[in-house]
Amino acid sequence: MKPVFTYTKGMTAVDTSYCPGCTHGIAHRLIAETLEEMGKLGDAIGVAPIGCAVQAHKFMNVEMCESAHGRAPAVASGIKRVHPDKLVFTYQGDGDLASIGMGEIVHAAARGEKICTFFINNCIYGMTSGQMAPTTLIGQKTTTSQEGRTREQAGMPIKMSELLSNLDCAVYIERVALNSPANIRAAKKAVRRAFEVQEKKLGFAFVELLSTCPTNWGVTPQDAMKWLGDKMIPYYPLGVFRNPEEVRA
Amino acid sequence: MSTTKLFFAGSGGQGILLMGQMITYAAMLEDKAATFLPSYGPEMRGGTANCTVIVSDAPVGCPLIYEADAVVVMNLPSLIKFEPMVKPGGLLLINTAIVNQPAKRSDIRVLEIPVNDIAMDLGNPKVGNMVMLGALVRATNVVSEDAIRQVMHKTFTGEKAKLNDANMQAFAYYKQYA
Amino acid sequence: MTEKVLMKGNEAFAEAAIRGGARFYFGYPITPQSEIPEYLSRELPRRGGTFLQAESELGAVNMAYGAAAAGGDVFLSSSSPGIALMQEGMSFLCSSEVPVVILNVSRGGPGIGGIQPGQADYFQATRGGGNGDYKLIVFAPASVQEAIDLIYEAVPLANAWQNPVFILADGILGQMMEPVRLPEPRPFLEEKDIRAKKPWALTGYGGDDSGRRIVKSLRMQPDELEAHVEKLFRKYERAQKELCRYESVGIEDADIVFVAFGTVSRIARESIDLLAAQGIKAGLIRPISLWPFPYAAFDALGKKTKLVISAELSMGQLIEDVKLGVNGRYPVALIHRTGGMLPTSVEVADKARQLYQDIIKG
Repeated sequence: MKPVFTYTKGMTAVDTSYCPGCTHGIAHRLIAETLEEMGKLGDAIGVAPIGCAVQAHKFMNVEMCESAHGRAPAVASGIKRVHPDKLVFTYQGDGDLASIGMGEIVHAAARGEKICTFFINNCIYGMTSGQMAPTTLIGQKTTTSQEGRTREQAGMPIKMSELLSNLDCAVYIERVALNSPANIRAAKKAVRRAFEVQEKKLGFAFVELLSTCPTNWGVTPQDAMKWLGDKMIPYYPLGVFRNPEEVRA
Repeated sequence: MSTTKLFFAGSGGQGILLMGQMITYAAMLEDKAATFLPSYGPEMRGGTANCTVIVSDAPVGCPLIYEADAVVVMNLPSLIKFEPMVKPGGLLLINTAIVNQPAKRSDIRVLEIPVNDIAMDLGNPKVGNMVMLGALVRATNVVSEDAIRQVMHKTFTGEKAKLNDANMQAFAYYKQYA
Repeated sequence: MTEKVLMKGNEAFAEAAIRGGARFYFGYPITPQSEIPEYLSRELPRRGGTFLQAESELGAVNMAYGAAAAGGDVFLSSSSPGIALMQEGMSFLCSSEVPVVILNVSRGGPGIGGIQPGQADYFQATRGGGNGDYKLIVFAPASVQEAIDLIYEAVPLANAWQNPVFILADGILGQMMEPVRLPEPRPFLEEKDIRAKKPWALTGYGGDDSGRRIVKSLRMQPDELEAHVEKLFRKYERAQKELCRYESVGIEDADIVFVAFGTVSRIARESIDLLAAQGIKAGLIRPISLWPFPYAAFDALGKKTKLVISAELSMGQLIEDVKLGVNGRYPVALIHRTGGMLPTSVEVADKARQLYQDIIKG
């Protein structure tokens, strides 16, 4: 009998600790499956952020280290210098990457570090339970923007993919979403391209994955998927921002 | 135990630090203990430059000094500021090509040397500091002339080796202090 | 033995790190140690190593953490305010037991302070400037040669203890030149040998995921975290037995015993001679390891000693360890300057004599 589904070797047998409807599990799995398909699970080194995914190493079956809040791109830069032929990646949320870690991500991208960054953008701080993130949308209510974020008080949400696209050595940048089977398939292709960019040592590769946080958004898992499509994608348009010729399909 | 404490002061570009380093290097070649300490600060050019050198038969204590056996001043601000630093009976060497004011103290020995003028006469305006170095070495015997000669050959190599003759000529100029 | 060379402190420190085996350097410019990144940017690539100028000291310490977690031998340097910025990483390195050699060419503080030498980072180095229970192994050189020797030794020592080794120098040592002898270079650890030499390091597990390695400091369960910290402290306890170092000069029958490290210890030695000329016998305890602190050195003080003086470039930080070492057996006094000022040997001797005479008179 031909199996129609098997677990990826890229994930451990441990159940993830993420909330129902959270897309971290999907994002982990896309990375893990891709590395398995590339035959690179044993040649990958990941850096987990501070945030809900700090324990990603429990679930993703690759060698990993934790990083202080926001510093993952610096940590990965160090790892890559020691192991230039391994696939080194960071997995970071929006508070980690776009707020406290803005310096590290911009400079890693500017240097063209031959690493991949997977940026989980869900418009909120998850682990600290629902505070305003630099990506929180205008009008979005959080525990530190209780009447809804305003431009006057907190400025506009940061579009990281667009921002990093100004840097010449950030050679591959794509924004994808995890809210539908079609979008998830597209996301997996983006993850694959990012690793190929690194394998070919072309420069810095960045995939922004629009994700959910039903718990801190205060909605059901189903409504979270809808909110992502209705609210996030209009402000954070999907698409390829930078794409080197060498990996164009 | 003999210890000699030297202080060099002038403006950036006068070769102040080089004088100090050459003495320190020469002391090392003579197997003496020595320290060289430059002042350090935000000014890169045209600011004040000074350095301290200690040469001793025994390990050197603090590399910073408040009183010197000999002080070299290459410009007027340095004379005003550092004349008091010469210990009683000590030596003050003044570059009178630039400093147009005499020393005030009478309890010290003063050597007035117009090093820039001498350098011009020698045909190379850059060797003023070597003229001063020669006078200092002869007047203090802190290191031997031979050691300085070796330092020149070790320091100025490659492109800079062609400066050796001019430097040695300048260094040898002030024979009367031997 | 190699021949004597005349080197500027900072360049000698950088060269010692390379010769010690540090193949990776991450840094950010700051006075008075910028000659170190300058030197290494030129020399490391030439010799098969890696130099990377970081976006900040935060970036530098985290690059160091990444490279060292991946098995590289790493050297990191900065000066006081930059070291302050690195404290997040120090706590991380200690908890994750990742070895790095860190040099502080310290200057006066607080705040931006100044650029002249200071010792007011003593607490930061020995008490832990970052969060949580941890210890750096801290050495304080008093000469360029001693700094070279300590940095050279620190590379294998950090690996052996799986802990950062911290060298606390000062601006004078960094800027001065002294004749020195450089040690023979050790070969760099090659990437292919990391797995055998550092079995805990991240290299990718290859074909067999049973030995999958994780470098971490997060422990959400309090009992698990407590057990981890207790494990770290068993290591620190062993370090206290094995790593204490100091030099003492004539303390057994001294009337006054100075305690001083780094540049100040050189001043104190001159003050001892000045006091001897006045008929007062003074001695010196010079801690070389600041953590673990050589408390036992004070057990050698005799009945004749009337006074122990902590001489330092801060408002009184070393003196806390001096008091712990003296443990009430002798009066303890402070002679200090701060803000980048140094006391002269005459000043130290005069103050010491006054303090001593006050005690004699009762």
